Amino acid sequence: MATSVTTRASGAPSAPDTTVTARTSWFRNIAPTLIFLARRLLSSAVVLLAATFVVYLLLAFALDPLEDLRTSTQLNKEALIEARTRQLDLDTPPVIRYFKWLGALLTGDMGTAFRSGQSVTSMLGNALPNTVQLVALSVVIAIGLGVLVGIVSALRQYTRFDYSVTFLSFVLYSLPSFWVAVLLKLWGAIGFNDFLADPSIPPLVMVIVTLVSGVIWSSIIGGSTRTRWISFAASAVATVAALFFLSETDWLLDPGLGIAGVAVIGVGIAFAVVALSAGVQNRRVLYASLVMVAIGTALYYPLQYAFVYGSWWLMLGLLVTVAIVGVVVAKLFGGWEVSQTARAAIITGIGVGALIFIDRVMQVWLNYTRASQINHRPIATIGSATPGLSGDFWVKNLDTFTHLLLPTIALILISFASYTRYSRASLLEVMNQDYIRTARAKGLPERVVTMRHAFRNALIPLATVIPLDIASLFGGAIITERVFAIPGMGTMFIKALNERDPDPIMGYFLVTGALLVIASIAVDFIYAALDPRIRVNS
Amino acid sequence: MSINPPIEPTGGAGAPVDPAESVENAIELKEVEGLSQGRIVLRRFLRHRGAMISSVVLVLIILLVTTSIGWGPIPGWWTYGYRDLDTIVNAGGAPTMGFKDGGFVFGQHPFGQDNIGHDGFAMVMRGTQQSLTVMFVIGLLSTVIGVIIGALAGYFRGWLDGLLMRLTDMFITIPVIMVGSILGVLVGGASPWSLAIALSLVSWMNMARLVRGQFLALREREFVDAARVAGASDFRIMFKHMLPNAVGVIIVNATLLMASAILLETALSYLGFGINSPEVSLGQLINEYQTAFATRPWLFWWPGLFIVIIALCVNFIGDGLRDAFDPRQRRIPTARALAKADRRKQRAEQRAAAKA
Repeated sequence: MATSVTTRASGAPSAPDTTVTARTSWFRNIAPTLIFLARRLLSSAVVLLAATFVVYLLLAFALDPLEDLRTSTQLNKEALIEARTRQLDLDTPPVIRYFKWLGALLTGDMGTAFRSGQSVTSMLGNALPNTVQLVALSVVIAIGLGVLVGIVSALRQYTRFDYSVTFLSFVLYSLPSFWVAVLLKLWGAIGFNDFLADPSIPPLVMVIVTLVSGVIWSSIIGGSTRTRWISFAASAVATVAALFFLSETDWLLDPGLGIAGVAVIGVGIAFAVVALSAGVQNRRVLYASLVMVAIGTALYYPLQYAFVYGSWWLMLGLLVTVAIVGVVVAKLFGGWEVSQTARAAIITGIGVGALIFIDRVMQVWLNYTRASQINHRPIATIGSATPGLSGDFWVKNLDTFTHLLLPTIALILISFASYTRYSRASLLEVMNQDYIRTARAKGLPERVVTMRHAFRNALIPLATVIPLDIASLFGGAIITERVFAIPGMGTMFIKALNERDPDPIMGYFLVTGALLVIASIAVDFIYAALDPRIRVNS
Repeated sequence: MSINPPIEPTGGAGAPVDPAESVENAIELKEVEGLSQGRIVLRRFLRHRGAMISSVVLVLIILLVTTSIGWGPIPGWWTYGYRDLDTIVNAGGAPTMGFKDGGFVFGQHPFGQDNIGHDGFAMVMRGTQQSLTVMFVIGLLSTVIGVIIGALAGYFRGWLDGLLMRLTDMFITIPVIMVGSILGVLVGGASPWSLAIALSLVSWMNMARLVRGQFLALREREFVDAARVAGASDFRIMFKHMLPNAVGVIIVNATLLMASAILLETALSYLGFGINSPEVSLGQLINEYQTAFATRPWLFWWPGLFIVIIALCVNFIGDGLRDAFDPRQRRIPTARALAKADRRKQRAEQRAAAKA
């Protein structure tokens, strides 16, 4: 890769020739990229092909499909062995069998699992959606949470918070995923379900949670001793109030935000978004975001009627509507930074929309837990859906959510640590750059320096790990899928390996290997797109 | 890996040196003045509190597992072997360790027993032995493979580099846990050695890439030219001149590789493709007893705890080593360290004066 991606130190882009038409100059600009892409694709395809050859031979060498028959006590043992040998073509040398397999693959036939008789294509078709559902959610949350904690930890370098986060990330690094998953199953599911039978929080737990939240918030906010104590007290009071409310009203049995909750949390989101993006002093952006909250709150009751026909298409439509409304509101407020206003407004709008969505899902919670299939134990430990449960869009969503909750937490715990470490290191590196000093010297407020100048640049190296991580998660969710019995890719692989069935394993490998190869090509292009110092060329 | 060249705090004539940085450099140089690179690294490592605590804990664990039930020729002091059966002491085989009659007692079975009377402590010790064996063998063997491949690719470049790097790319495409499971089925899991050797063959890629990068940079340095002019062979240049300069990266990466190796081994044993019964390993113990979690949680807790502690220690040691080898690491020494450096300098001066 080092040879194909070069930094553009001296070779500035050739100035557009005035005599050439715009079309050819565009082509001239894009041509090296295309050649580079073609070369990468070709060499990756060769590498992948070689890898399939190696894996195929390894499988032929390692797995004995006749293993169960050799020890069987059936009378027609010899005949069975002979039949399977013929079925699997075991008399042919593995190398020739590989080329037969490859020939079939080129015609779109990925082979058949000889035990179940199912075609590998249909097995993959069943398994992939489950894995994608599991992985997508956990990757998004892990990245969001990891980057957030990493950034805060870097901004508070060498504080107690930083040290605690560092220690925590080391512990998470060192946790065996199967151990965590089993623990989650036993505590997260069984413990929480028992707790739901009588959801009153014991006073001791309340005190501990309150103290912990006070310490965390005071060390995040930092500042002088006085500020620390104030933030400690404020967060402790807020936590106690929230816990008391949860405990006394049995909120966990019949949760919901209500229109008031949506409005209050929405205003909080608006202030947070504006404070991070434009600064609360920028009244125009603030008012635009607050208008979005007002619109969202006003639409709370009308939306309840629309939600009767809930589907993902409706949600997508609403998302587009939010974007349009956000732009319109931003235009109405005008000013010289319409795009910034629109961005803040849209983010706030999406936040409020998510709140209304969550509220609607919460509304079915009570009926969901009362259903006979659930029987007041909502957090599931196995599978990806409750068998035999019927319900509308919202019940199905809640059901998926309760099934994905624990495996997602398990996956997040494992990948969260590396994102934290990575974003922390990356931001510390950027904060030492000269352009940060320049930005401060210009008199820019610290928020602008951090969010605009440092944060964006700190994300560049992160963007190059994420595709590879996502690709490897498809293969790496094997253990989590196995513990939680999710019928995804990993389960398919383990089942095939236990049955000594090579074709599904090859199918599994083709998907994960191809994803990894595509991801590594994507990384090169993302890097070139984000970092102007680097250009891909052939 | 060389340390920063000394910069005078007053600065050369018109040299654009950041004053704060040069002061920091001067302070740091004062502390490490007159020490070899190895000593500097060692001092930095010894100062890393997390790494030091982890080293002590890891050594204690290794001592415990080697002496308790014995390992090969080493005799053990523990009464039970990992396959011995004993009558169940506490109800359900609960651990005998705990506070009793106002004092702390270990009892006969401190980690408890399983349903047929196996001693939990002996099983965990045996499992840790196996897991440690796998960890160290993978760490050593895949480091050697990775260093050789990376060194050849980085030093000779050209077609050899292309070939070896495509080979590395090919191995990276294969998910480690997948090929590990297949290899586990192949070597049939009873011996930790065969499993470790098989797994080393698929976990050297990262090391090879890093070493290649190091060698690509190092081969342009003057001392390599000097060695070549002096008539040194390629082999000698690679392993006598260049390798010591890449040793920091290699050691750090080898440590982190070991941490992931123990997690890989336990995961495979958990899935049933690593070390299998009747032999025990930490992952295999968890796999075997996870269903008994509700009734006999101790059988699940102790093996997991040992995995976490070992992996955590190795990770911390790796972190300490990285900090110690990092030439950019700039930590302002404490007043005590500065005073110590002052005294050392004075002593050296006195000695010099006494000699003269």
